[in-house]
Amino acid sequence: MGHDTHVVVAKNKTQYEYARRKRSQTMQMQVVTFAIMIFLTFIAFAAVAAGMSAYYVGPVILLLAAIQVVLQLYYFMHMSEKGHNMPAFFLYSGALFGFTFVITFLTIVWW
Amino acid sequence: MSAIAQKKGFGSALWDWLTTVDHKKIAILYLASGGFFFVVGGIEAMLIRIQLAVPDNSFLSAGLYNEILTMHGTTMIFLAAMPILFGYMNAVVPLQIGARDVAFPFLNSLGFWLFFFGGIFLNLSWFMGGAPDAGWTSYASLSLYSPGHGIDFYALGLQISGAGTYIAGINFLVTIINMRAPGMTYMRMPLFTWTTFVASALILFAFPPLTIGLFFLIFDRMFGANFFDHTMGGNTIIWEHLFWIFGHPEVYILILPAFGIFSEIFAIFSRKRLFGYSAMVFATVLIGFLGFMVWAHHMFTVGLGPTANAIFAVATMAIAVPTGVKIFNWLLTIWGGSIKVTTPMLYALGFIPSFVAGGVTGVMQAAAPLDYQLHDSYFIVAHFHYVIVGGVVLAILAGLHLYWPLMFNTMLSEKLGKITFWFFFLGFHATFFIQHFLGLMGMPRRVYTFIEGQGWDLFNFISSMGAILMAIGVIVLVINIVMTTVKNVPVGNDPWKDGRTLEWAIPQPVPFYNFKRTPLVRGLDTFWIEKQEGNKEGMSYAEPLSDIHMPNNSFIPFVMSLGLFIAAFGALYNGEKAWAVPVLVIGLGITLASMATRSLKDDHGYHIHKEDLMDHKGGNY
Amino acid sequence: MAEEVKYTPQTWPEHPETANLEGKNKFLGFWLFLGGETVLFASLFATYLALKNKGPEGMEFTTQSLFELPLVFVMTMLLLTSSLTSVYAMYHMKNFNFRGVQTWMAITVLLGFGFLALEIYEFYHYVHIGFTYSQSAFSSSFFTLVGTHGLHVVIGLGWIILLMLRNAKRGLSIYTAQKYYTASLYWHFIDVVWVFIFTVVYLMGVMS
Repeated sequence: MGHDTHVVVAKNKTQYEYARRKRSQTMQMQVVTFAIMIFLTFIAFAAVAAGMSAYYVGPVILLLAAIQVVLQLYYFMHMSEKGHNMPAFFLYSGALFGFTFVITFLTIVWW
Repeated sequence: MSAIAQKKGFGSALWDWLTTVDHKKIAILYLASGGFFFVVGGIEAMLIRIQLAVPDNSFLSAGLYNEILTMHGTTMIFLAAMPILFGYMNAVVPLQIGARDVAFPFLNSLGFWLFFFGGIFLNLSWFMGGAPDAGWTSYASLSLYSPGHGIDFYALGLQISGAGTYIAGINFLVTIINMRAPGMTYMRMPLFTWTTFVASALILFAFPPLTIGLFFLIFDRMFGANFFDHTMGGNTIIWEHLFWIFGHPEVYILILPAFGIFSEIFAIFSRKRLFGYSAMVFATVLIGFLGFMVWAHHMFTVGLGPTANAIFAVATMAIAVPTGVKIFNWLLTIWGGSIKVTTPMLYALGFIPSFVAGGVTGVMQAAAPLDYQLHDSYFIVAHFHYVIVGGVVLAILAGLHLYWPLMFNTMLSEKLGKITFWFFFLGFHATFFIQHFLGLMGMPRRVYTFIEGQGWDLFNFISSMGAILMAIGVIVLVINIVMTTVKNVPVGNDPWKDGRTLEWAIPQPVPFYNFKRTPLVRGLDTFWIEKQEGNKEGMSYAEPLSDIHMPNNSFIPFVMSLGLFIAAFGALYNGEKAWAVPVLVIGLGITLASMATRSLKDDHGYHIHKEDLMDHKGGNY
Repeated sequence: MAEEVKYTPQTWPEHPETANLEGKNKFLGFWLFLGGETVLFASLFATYLALKNKGPEGMEFTTQSLFELPLVFVMTMLLLTSSLTSVYAMYHMKNFNFRGVQTWMAITVLLGFGFLALEIYEFYHYVHIGFTYSQSAFSSSFFTLVGTHGLHVVIGLGWIILLMLRNAKRGLSIYTAQKYYTASLYWHFIDVVWVFIFTVVYLMGVMS
């Protein structure tokens, strides 16, 4: 931990090919994720545009948003990879605190 | 490049301080400017007590009293207590965890200069048409309609210094997570490092709501927004929520490092391992977490409704549990220890009863029905001074004595230190204990004077006399500092002889690269373990001697902060002076340009070579 | 020194963004910053929700009368796509293909500008019909929430452009790869915030 050095290691041909293939598979996953996100967005807009009851649509689109954000965090922002314990901990703590703020502002600001 | 310093002229010494990115020097900068603002806030406190010493006093006018009261609170919290604690964190934490510096030395310097310029900006209000006068909480309905620019100085100044605090918070978090020496597991971290860690996490989550609240205030006052104006659909309660969402964690941002300092002191001077280490860590984290869930207890009388009041009351009382755990662990650390009553230990011993008193009145106020009686009375004033002065300020003074040898390689006089303690401690209780009764007798807080014959005269007079004792204590401390600096007697290694953690194992004065070789941490209180095993060097090492990578000094943080300082004047006079908008643009331009400069240049730092390290012993100042 | 090393695709590390301590620090520090940003935006959302549709007596503007979904839909698509293109840039970064990084970052920037242009148009339109910043508590909180997001877009665009210019000659190294990685995290976070904005502000605003 003391010294700020990085040891350069060359991959052999097999390792290199493997790593490349692996990355390209990950990229395919990302495109699938993207397609899901577009799909969820489309559903959300369509549900609202169709003018269904707010009591029904409200929770559904919030859920869709939450799913989309999780996809964004875990795939686009690589939180599914190793070494993201601290980022996840702090992000979720922030989200938890933020959630309590929103709840209070919705309940006890007006009376 | 050998960076071992030669004798320097004044100019180059000044330049060195302006551009330094060394955590030890930034610590001194924080301590010095925090100390300056502490004195300023103290003078304001004295003016308040002079005004209230006798009934119907006309020493200060009502308006001026409001300004002084506001500035006293704001200065003490934002510009004195927090920066001084940052000073200790900077000086101690990297050494305690075996790091060569903080994670982001450049940002460390930026954080300091932002705080510094924010503080100066806030205090310039005295000379530019009047200071803020709506209390340190600056509640919106009142602050919106405060004439003049006082509140604008408050909002903009805190915005700038708040940005600095936020940066410092992230910096410490990353430092503690990423830069611990091999063997320094989380559960071997000294308590001061743990409390710094939790306090920094609180900063990370508490300062953004303040930023937002201050922006709303700035936009409402200067740019025509309507967040708090009820005639336009706004709501002033939003300010109160945002302020206390920040404000309550802020109290823990101050008190947790104070707990950390006392935990170190009790262990060192009882010459015993801290009792219940893991319970202490757990309590610290729990206090930090609960600290975010209780903010509305400052607003019981707003009319949130019985359900909300009950929830926040229960959450508040829950905090007493981990705090109680801490108190008992400290007592049990002293129990059976071989106690040395040095000045820091004296402060620590004085801290326990003082803070417990403050804590108990806190639980009283947590009971919402009782709070309706106590609210806005001197009881509240007494309570928060018992926790802030009895907790934080005693820790600051204790830490000053404890860490002075580490920061300056000299020892403050123990004799004068004890004189300071007794003056300050007795003065503190004389000033504030009696205010509990003033509150119960109905004296409201934040009044500039009172009519005689209500039974408040004698108690107020006693309170003011106590404040004079505190002032004498601080003057003795200043004399102590001056004398120690003039005498300049170096103390050398392990100045307290009973150091337990890594920072005391380092040669004095601390070399600018801290550790020649990264140490190996072999347990909690690693230095103590090494000493017990007769290791003369005091450290085991985790690596052979090799080149050390160091960051370059930089003037950019200073310029970046200066830009915001200039821009703040533009925002302040927006719509009033013709030059306002150009100044705003130029200021922001300076900041952005210096950011771009920093970004475009590759700054890889430099290396100290192995050969230069071999026979280098001391530090560079 | 690590930064002087000339890398080849074979020697390029699996995680160049965290290959040395400096990278690890910046990586973690930036994530922590995003944790703070979450709280920042939560405060803005909370305020917006408290002040939504609140204004002076007889205010004519409501979320229903104001917002137009087609525009928001296009904006959303632009920003979502730009999130994917910056993922592509990171894919090429990991493959040590500098030209790929620059190209996809440039596309990201273009999409970002598209989004920004529509947002400016939207704001201009609102101001034009009288829904100005000072019109009501509702307008102030709306412009501040969405505007803060827009400001993040502006900063993100400036950041990425500056990054592409400064590194055009330098190419990829551990030092520069880290910078691209952080910028792309920031860009994704902007997208995360937008997901909540289009859901909570616009969609739930037009819902009957």
